[in-house]
Amino acid sequence: MLRLFTMFSKRDWLLLVIACGLIVLGVWLELTVPEFLREITLIVTGGRDGDIGDVWRYGGLMVGFAVASMITTVIVAFIAAIVSSSHSARIRQRVFGKVGEFSLGEMKKFSIASLITRSTNDVNQVNIFTIMAIQVLIRAPIMAIWAIMKIVGVSWELSIVTIIGIALLVIVMTIIIAVGVTKFFKIQKLTDNLNQVARENLTGIRVVRAYNAQDFEQNKFDKANKDLTKNNVTVNRALGVFWPFFGFLMSAMTAAIYWVGSWVIDSGRTDEPMYFFGDLMVFTQYSSQVIFSFMMLIMVLVFFPRAMVSGRRIMEVLRTKPSVVGAKSEVPLKMGNGNIEFRNVNFKYPGAEENVLSNINLSVKKGSRVAFIGGTGCGKSTLVNLLPRIYDATCGDVLIGGRCVKDMSLEELNTHVGYVPQTATLFSGTIKSNVAFGHLISENGAREITDDEVVQALKTAQAWEFVSKLEDGINSEVSQVGKNFSGGQKQRLAIARILARKPEIIIFDDTFSALDYKTDRTLRTALAKDLAGATILIVAQRVGTIKDCDQIYVMDKGRIVSFGRHEELLKKCDVYKEINDSQFLKEGGK
Amino acid sequence: MEENELEQVKEETVVENAKKPSFFVAWKKIIRYSRPWYVPTAFSFIFAAIAAILLLLGTSRIEDMVDYIFAGVLGDPGAHTRVVEIGIVLAIFYGSMLVLNFISQFLIAGVVGGIGITLRRRISHKVNKLPLGYFDKTPVGDTLSRVTNDTDTISQAMSFAIVQFVAAVTQALGAIVFMFIMNWLLAVVAIVTSFIGFALTGIIMTKSQKHFDKQQEDLAKVNSHIEEYYTGHTVVRTCNASKQVSGEFDELNKELYNSNWKSGFFSGLMMPIMMFMAQIGFVAICIVGGVLVFNGTIGFGVMATFMIFVRLFTWPLADIAESLQHMQRAAAASTRVFDFLAEEEMEDESNLTANLENVKGQVEFTNVQFGYKDGVPVINNFSVSIPAGSKVAIVGPTGAGKTTLVNLLMKFYKVSGGDIKIDGVSINDLSRESVARLFGMVLQDTWLFEGTVRENLLYNNAHIVDHEVLKDATKAAGIHHFIKTLPKGYETILDEKTSVSAGERQLLTIARAMVKNAPLLILDEATSSVDTRTEILIQEAMDKLTINHTSFIIAHRLSTIKNADIILVMNHGDIVESGRHEELLDKGGFYADLYNSQFAS
Repeated sequence: MLRLFTMFSKRDWLLLVIACGLIVLGVWLELTVPEFLREITLIVTGGRDGDIGDVWRYGGLMVGFAVASMITTVIVAFIAAIVSSSHSARIRQRVFGKVGEFSLGEMKKFSIASLITRSTNDVNQVNIFTIMAIQVLIRAPIMAIWAIMKIVGVSWELSIVTIIGIALLVIVMTIIIAVGVTKFFKIQKLTDNLNQVARENLTGIRVVRAYNAQDFEQNKFDKANKDLTKNNVTVNRALGVFWPFFGFLMSAMTAAIYWVGSWVIDSGRTDEPMYFFGDLMVFTQYSSQVIFSFMMLIMVLVFFPRAMVSGRRIMEVLRTKPSVVGAKSEVPLKMGNGNIEFRNVNFKYPGAEENVLSNINLSVKKGSRVAFIGGTGCGKSTLVNLLPRIYDATCGDVLIGGRCVKDMSLEELNTHVGYVPQTATLFSGTIKSNVAFGHLISENGAREITDDEVVQALKTAQAWEFVSKLEDGINSEVSQVGKNFSGGQKQRLAIARILARKPEIIIFDDTFSALDYKTDRTLRTALAKDLAGATILIVAQRVGTIKDCDQIYVMDKGRIVSFGRHEELLKKCDVYKEINDSQFLKEGGK
Repeated sequence: MEENELEQVKEETVVENAKKPSFFVAWKKIIRYSRPWYVPTAFSFIFAAIAAILLLLGTSRIEDMVDYIFAGVLGDPGAHTRVVEIGIVLAIFYGSMLVLNFISQFLIAGVVGGIGITLRRRISHKVNKLPLGYFDKTPVGDTLSRVTNDTDTISQAMSFAIVQFVAAVTQALGAIVFMFIMNWLLAVVAIVTSFIGFALTGIIMTKSQKHFDKQQEDLAKVNSHIEEYYTGHTVVRTCNASKQVSGEFDELNKELYNSNWKSGFFSGLMMPIMMFMAQIGFVAICIVGGVLVFNGTIGFGVMATFMIFVRLFTWPLADIAESLQHMQRAAAASTRVFDFLAEEEMEDESNLTANLENVKGQVEFTNVQFGYKDGVPVINNFSVSIPAGSKVAIVGPTGAGKTTLVNLLMKFYKVSGGDIKIDGVSINDLSRESVARLFGMVLQDTWLFEGTVRENLLYNNAHIVDHEVLKDATKAAGIHHFIKTLPKGYETILDEKTSVSAGERQLLTIARAMVKNAPLLILDEATSSVDTRTEILIQEAMDKLTINHTSFIIAHRLSTIKNADIILVMNHGDIVESGRHEELLDKGGFYADLYNSQFAS
């Protein structure tokens, strides 16, 4: 958490120093205001010579000091706002940048949902805490120490009263926290639990009704409900002690100071009772100012644990080293012969015991169409993911045109390798912004994708048929996650996005399963026609999708068990035959 | 520009006016709802009010206290004894105030809990009484937030806010009375300065509202940008779009920074202003009080007492504003909750006592008609007679009405025309519960709950204690071995941490249906979320499940239904063809088209 504060910029630090100075000034001003009260008291009680003009004059000074004190606090509030906002903007930017460098491995390690929370909610928590901390954290102790010192200078008896007051406040707060803290942390857990039970009931409503299990669910809910409520009542009661106590203390402190002050006067412990009477008035003010600023401090400290947890979660992200990093390659862009080669490739997830891929050796000729098939968890998707470096091979080499993918810059690699994932991802914007997404580098440097290329890509991807019917064509709006398009349409747009990049190598990672059979077929025909010369790798579930590929690799448990063309495999590979039969049951047979 | 603002103001007042009645209507409902807690709530109010009065009464004694101290200063020997007497009175007053406030808070915390728990329970009961149609059109998150957030807001406001309100109003009004009794001029000074401070806060709040709105808006933009690109992370990376995306992000982040510090500044102003308000009231009393004491109009004790009274008057004003905000929020939340509780429930069926015993499973649809919305028929005129024990497959393109048919059969929805009979008894004469008892169900989304494997399999059939029954089912479903590999076997708790694949989950739901062993079965797209090899396993399990049961199978992949006794081919809410697989293929119609399209390459 503290490490986060090293992220303040020089300007922020300078502003913070100024803020500290202003806080000290503000405390001085605020503690001086009651001093004038002593003067007024002395004048009006006849303790000192003076006329009504003096009362007004001191009154004027009081107003002036009060206004000046407010001005310092306003400036401090301004600095606090600027510093904490720029600080959190910087954190947000770094976290976002960091996540951009992550590979899928790190994304999965944290989970996307958690990364989103860390970049948004957690940063806000830190922001809110910082802004309050700057205003209150420094101020309260300065105020307390200074005020007590002023009181001590006059009467140690009264300073003890003030210290006892502060101590009581702290003790009560500590007891409340000590008693309530376990229950307090349980609130979230019990709320989650209630939510979970309610969610299960709602998502499974058909099953619940089909099993007449309404009462069963109701009992579960009642239990979660009772647990939560019981806990909340205890927490509320513990907190309910605090506010009344604070109000009590404010009033009781004044009375106590008068009481003790009277005793000091009565027992003749003061040489100048007249002055001491004036001091009494001042000290009642001091004691409420001190109690009040401690109150503020405690309120801010309540936020501290939450901010600390958030800070830690943010730091976890920032400290993570991305596992896949591109090389700083200056080697010119040449694909060489463009063949793909896997040499003794193994892959396992970090921390896992078993390999996902074992001893993969294969080579794909430029311009050929190759497919990977196998059951769930056989490693076919992982295998093709190694090529665009979504993951890196644990050992062994993946080469394109004789160059190891790890020796290329990511920009270069991504310009040559197009990857279409299983689930189509669209971003809010337009169809064009989605298809022309990202940038390309060529020998001449970066270049944009033209409208013509966008349209051409849409046509090949069989998306033009519905895009051309839209009122705004390629400038039609795409809403967030592409909600305004059907699953099949989204998939075709995602395919168009990769086609527009005209990569030499295209990977379809189980892309076709979301399409109906008819579109699947026409799309593959169009691809074969328009993408002649490109190397195509297809991961598929349906045999129909890959029947006509040049080479089919059959995978099982992370190994390539067989490869060849469709007809060959039917004869020689049992696994393949099994998959095929499950989809093409012969007429009349079972 | 000016006109625009005027427009806006007009709009705002219109909205205000529209809100006002609903605020009172909502609160009327809340108050009526909380009848069972009237007694503790009333006591809580009374105690809080008495506590406020005790505080004021005690504070008014400060006048004498200060005057006696001053007498002591002037050398009156008996003065200190009087100060001690007053001190003891104050200790009693303040002490009782503290105790009364504790009791008040204690009582109201109980009320909050009580209201919260019953509201949530009622919502949960309501869930079971609503027709399925409600859930098909309402997102789960929406109902969930009513269960937790809204009930919380209501119960908190209902109690804490109101108690705070009662106490604050009592204290503020009481302070005014006490101040006027003591000295009208100082009272006016205290009230006027407080109101000036309050007006100042109000002005700043209204002025700053637009910054808060802007900040919320910018925050939402940044959040959705983050969400979108984290979700599409792989695409961003493989399309070399990191720079482009970061550039957009920086823009949004900068916008957010701007509105963030502004709103942060304004909310940070609240504290200095509150402190200033307290200060300035205090200063005004010092000046005017000083002058009055100087002139001999009042004693010094009055001025000292007013220094406290001005604070006791100002503080509750902020509390009142805060509790009003809470109550406003609660009104909105309660509208959502009470609207939900007022949703139309399913028909009462307590008069339907018919019960089917020893069901054979003969099902007959006669001229069934149905539409989710009036005038938009989904099922036009559906008639078919299904002999007991047959395996019925329902196929057809998306939107043909396959799932609707199942919804009708299970009485999840009511037919709008025609009739469905099971063993000759119309389901209209059977209660929903007795219809449900007749069916086993396996759905596409494999619903398991957080609990042990055994609890999931026995779901609401806890009377089955024989472990063999359970084992037979899981063996038949081919999942027994898998369960044995789990850390605690049948007692393993299924949650996010247990890794159960989609296929295994599906096999578990099949086993659950086997345990129930109902005479009729529905298998709705049970294999569409698994790969083809797992599908074979599930297929085998389903074949075992369907023996001797009338079963309805809805499937995408036509290979799964080839051995059905009857295939019903649906399109646009009607049966367009029916028969056995070979017959339909020979016919060369809709089914043959559908079937062949998956093999063509």
